[in-house]
Amino acid sequence: MNSDVVTRPVKTVCEDYPDLYDFFHSTGLPRPADNVSMLEYAALLEEEILEDRGFIRSDLVRYFLDYVAGLQKAFASDEAAIGSLQITAGRDKSGVRENAGLVLKPGDIVAVVGPTGSGKSRLLADIEWMAQADTQTGRRVLIDERPVDPKRRHSSGRKLVAQLSQNMNFIADMSVGEFITMHAGARGIKDAGELGHQVIATANTIAGEPIEAGTKVTSLSGGQSRAFMIADTAIIGQSPVILIDEIENAGIDRRAALDLLVKKRKIILIATHDPVLALMADRRVVLRNGGIRDVITTSPAEKENLEALQRIDGAITAIRNDIRDAKRIEAPFGEWLPGQR
Amino acid sequence: MRIITVSGPPSSGKTGVLIKTIGHLAQSGQTSGIVKFDCVSTIDEALYRTAGIKAKIGLSGQICPDHFFVSNLHRCFQWGLEQGFDFLFAETAGLCNRCAPHIRGILAVCVLDNLSGMNTPWKIGPMLRLADLVVITKSDLVSQAEKEVFLFRTRQVNGRATVLHVNGLTGQGSAELASFFLEADETDRMDTSKLRSSMPAAVCSYCLGQTEISSRFQMGNVKRMNFEEQG
Repeated sequence: MNSDVVTRPVKTVCEDYPDLYDFFHSTGLPRPADNVSMLEYAALLEEEILEDRGFIRSDLVRYFLDYVAGLQKAFASDEAAIGSLQITAGRDKSGVRENAGLVLKPGDIVAVVGPTGSGKSRLLADIEWMAQADTQTGRRVLIDERPVDPKRRHSSGRKLVAQLSQNMNFIADMSVGEFITMHAGARGIKDAGELGHQVIATANTIAGEPIEAGTKVTSLSGGQSRAFMIADTAIIGQSPVILIDEIENAGIDRRAALDLLVKKRKIILIATHDPVLALMADRRVVLRNGGIRDVITTSPAEKENLEALQRIDGAITAIRNDIRDAKRIEAPFGEWLPGQR
Repeated sequence: MRIITVSGPPSSGKTGVLIKTIGHLAQSGQTSGIVKFDCVSTIDEALYRTAGIKAKIGLSGQICPDHFFVSNLHRCFQWGLEQGFDFLFAETAGLCNRCAPHIRGILAVCVLDNLSGMNTPWKIGPMLRLADLVVITKSDLVSQAEKEVFLFRTRQVNGRATVLHVNGLTGQGSAELASFFLEADETDRMDTSKLRSSMPAAVCSYCLGQTEISSRFQMGNVKRMNFEEQG
């Protein structure tokens, strides 16, 4: 990094790094005058202000340099694009070697199935941590067929893995539009206008009821929230790997959601107990006793059965809606299941 | 013995994260003790006892809790040596969000929680800024976007720290945190150690028990807010 960021006037440095003014905002320090460099600023700042904010004068410049370096790192582009993600076979809870490892490519959808406690979360955690034979399973995660330097795993501002789970909520008190702008800002994108339209339009292809830019994120319905989270993660998020912990069927088109993530060349892992979701995946990893027991490729016959399952799923959704609308559920079942007489 | 300071706002998940992480340390044969600093009361002693972890509680009462922490740290260190621990954790809520109990040469951990909102990293001073390791909890409860913005702002305030997401309830990430603890330096003595930043100045009439609000009763280090219109 150029050391001239501390010798040039702060104002001109901020033209290169628009988020740099957050430095003064986040530390509570006053903004420097236009023609003052960081070195001059640090030398002349009143002692009382430094003390108030808990700074030692000699550390201020180093801290500012860290901050600039952090911005450069956070906004470095394309760093996260990966060609393949491989998980080598480790061992289960009894120390027995796993039957299989796993190689994942962008656009792959893999379901992770198995009873509660069988090791689904551990598998996802090994991927998130980029394990290098240093977790209890002994698995290794290779990116583009190379091991990851353990020391660098957590130095990057970018995370390899994004997560979507049923428990997640929006807690920010802001509108959908403001929310997108804020998230894009953390990615170094200043003008999120076009991207915002894209996220909302995409979310609306997944959600049952349309979302508007002015709606508070906390007032979105369950289905709308899920759809918005998925669209936002796909379009603004840059993590190449998406870990999904169940997607409920209510108020959201799951096929459209997965298609979107595939189109964005994400690697998708879904921990699920739902047969429809499991069969939507290209493969499913079956876990037992903490280890991978099997990796099953979804067969053409299973894909056909998936269609039947989706009809049943549709029927249950229709019945659920009827109950909600104060209707009776007395018609013969054949009427809910067209083509299944 | 390795001593590690663990700070973070109240209810951010310090205790839960520590219990899970100490469990992993125990699996690799390491013994741990905790000194927990709090202000008025704490139920953590019972939590630690249930988890089989030896703990001492320090309640600061009417003394500034962060000053109390520093005044007692050396004695805590001696206690840890007497007990023969491999690890001693000094856990404290950064009660005014300004103080950092972090000490030079001693691994400093700051625990923050996603549910506290995305502006939190900006509101916390040296406690976050001077930490070596930042642990973010409750990441399974907020949207991925909010988690990313929280992480971004944490890095804005502290670009040098290693940041880990740990779940204090399920323990996800705690094995990884334990591996960082195992790499910490040993501490041979504490009487030559120094704080990483100064503590806020105090000693005004209210430090000495004054209850009258009127300015006639205010003496010593008194600071006034500025209500002048700016710019």
